[in-house]
Amino acid sequence: MPETLFERLWNGHVVVPEHDSLNGLALLYVDRHLIHEVTSPQAFDGLRGSGRTVRRPDLTFATMDHNVPTDNRSLPIVDPDSSLQVETLAQNCKEFGVTLFDLNSPDQGIVHIIAPELGLTLPGTVIVCGDSHTSTLGAFGTFAFGIGTSDVEHVLATQCLWLNKPKTFALELLGHPRNPHAITAKDIILSVIRHIGTSGALGTVIEYRGESISRFSMEQRMTICNMSIEAGARAGLMAPDKVTSDYLRGRRFCPRGEHFERMVDFWQRNLRTDNNAKFDKYFSINIDQLAPQVSWGTNPSMVIDVTEAIPYPDDFANGTENEKKAALRALEYMALEPGTPVTDIPIDRVFIGSCTNSRLGDLVEASIIAKGRRVSPGVRALVVPGSQQVKRDAESLGLDKIFKAAGFEWRDSGCSMCLGMNPDILAPRERCASTSNRNFEGRQGLGGRTHLVSPVMAAAAAIEGHFVDIRDWF
Amino acid sequence: MPLEPFRIVLSKAVPLDMANVDTDQIIPKQFLKSVQKTGYGKYLFYNWRFDFDGKPRSDFVLNDPRFQRREILLARSNFGSGSSREHAVWAILDYGFKVIIASSFADIFFDNCFKNGILAISLSESEMDYLFTVAYNQEFEINLALQTVTVTGRALSFVLDPSRKRKLLEGFDDIGITLKFESQISDYEKKSPKPLDY
Repeated sequence: MPETLFERLWNGHVVVPEHDSLNGLALLYVDRHLIHEVTSPQAFDGLRGSGRTVRRPDLTFATMDHNVPTDNRSLPIVDPDSSLQVETLAQNCKEFGVTLFDLNSPDQGIVHIIAPELGLTLPGTVIVCGDSHTSTLGAFGTFAFGIGTSDVEHVLATQCLWLNKPKTFALELLGHPRNPHAITAKDIILSVIRHIGTSGALGTVIEYRGESISRFSMEQRMTICNMSIEAGARAGLMAPDKVTSDYLRGRRFCPRGEHFERMVDFWQRNLRTDNNAKFDKYFSINIDQLAPQVSWGTNPSMVIDVTEAIPYPDDFANGTENEKKAALRALEYMALEPGTPVTDIPIDRVFIGSCTNSRLGDLVEASIIAKGRRVSPGVRALVVPGSQQVKRDAESLGLDKIFKAAGFEWRDSGCSMCLGMNPDILAPRERCASTSNRNFEGRQGLGGRTHLVSPVMAAAAAIEGHFVDIRDWF
Repeated sequence: MPLEPFRIVLSKAVPLDMANVDTDQIIPKQFLKSVQKTGYGKYLFYNWRFDFDGKPRSDFVLNDPRFQRREILLARSNFGSGSSREHAVWAILDYGFKVIIASSFADIFFDNCFKNGILAISLSESEMDYLFTVAYNQEFEINLALQTVTVTGRALSFVLDPSRKRKLLEGFDDIGITLKFESQISDYEKKSPKPLDY
């Protein structure tokens, strides 16, 4: 029976099959459990309350990312609640023997950024984390998905999860962007979500397919898989190839030498979809004519080309009453007039960071735009590397100097203004060009207005004080 | 911990007539800093319930005097999208809702509901249209055993997988169940002692 890559991952991890389980679900084994400070304290409390322990602390890794200040790591966290959450994680990790990359660790960073850096994302594995953007790690040919805190507790106690088998979704990218400096992985995934909608992939695992994927770096692949959740997918994944194994070879938690090469051989032979395998759902999208994408509304499907104007609700909604209502509400929240060209929208803030776009490649791309230019006088722009490792790598390339000389702030790593649980937030009515993943109401700060864009688009918006068609700069 | 078994719910409903209600709206990030599971009800839909000065917004449905102390929440498609934060479900539960009816739910949110004893029911768009028209003053009866939503004498059936249904009706503890499969888990681990070893 021909299988898809996802089915192969699934079948390889079934501990108790659906038909033996009494409840109709399959019990699936988890190879890596990643943890952060926001969604884990209640799970550890649950373990303590029922006298249970962590079954496989050796497969469990934790870091602090959501609450952490990014301006001065040598100072204590000012917010007492944030501070308590960070301390609670440290205590829990100590009590239960879990490896923690804490605030002072050179390996600290956004959980989805450090896991691949440390080599914790081997192809063929099942990875979970109490965080929806765990889908990022599917770029390595893993089944990686976000879970709630009850499931975090369940995985801590049993190293397994009960799951309904998701449906499979083949998402084919046709062609390759004509100007790969200007049109990035971010534009591709924004365009995908624009077309299939925020619930277009509900209940499915997306396999991204197409010849162009082999030309993407691991960082670009992660950007695409990262936002699978924004289309409602349980996970997104891509078959591993030479780019994948070259990225992982030599990383700290990867096997070495002969052992690693045997694994590479196994991945190449096994971790792919059979030629005649059937998916439950298909969608294909042509990416060779893609323009830079900019979100205008309050969910990640409300996206247009930079060359377009803000849509009229009737045009956007295709006649459905609920969509039209949502569009009207979004326009009001975003304070935008239909018909306004995107390039006329003035920007107050710029955020380059988040698990979507804060890896070294993202910062290199943004620095090319920033180099020798100045941030527009009315704009405050922030660059937040995804991890302390990314920060060090960027500094060794001199990117910090380029950004600072151009008037960008250069920070320590963390989730930062993607969700503003730390002090990095928008003020009410401030408008931000952001490389993050969610433009929900209030996401970056109460009353803040978010436009999702790529790192080069964000950097150019910082320089000009409004959006520009970045294709004109390359 | 085991949950309270789910009983028949008799209540009027709160009509939140919006699609794509994301978990950032259900419980904004500033309230995710607690290390507890309780006490989130007062923050439910905080940025929609209260203005910048913390005063209730009269135009938000939860502040409508007609819709107080109701145990059923109605919404449109893709309810609970976005962040996996279970705090969203804890807030809904703590506020007093026992049932959410919408035309579709985001996957992680849907799972989180059942882990906390909340019944999430999916009905078609046209059935939702009907429920929204009668939500203002009609009593709903939610019968999980029969899988029906009954209102104005009309019974709408809903689909639910047997595992979730049993979990709510019996209120059992997931981890307790899983630990009964200890020998299978150990066997799996022995078969691949390091799960990453090929």
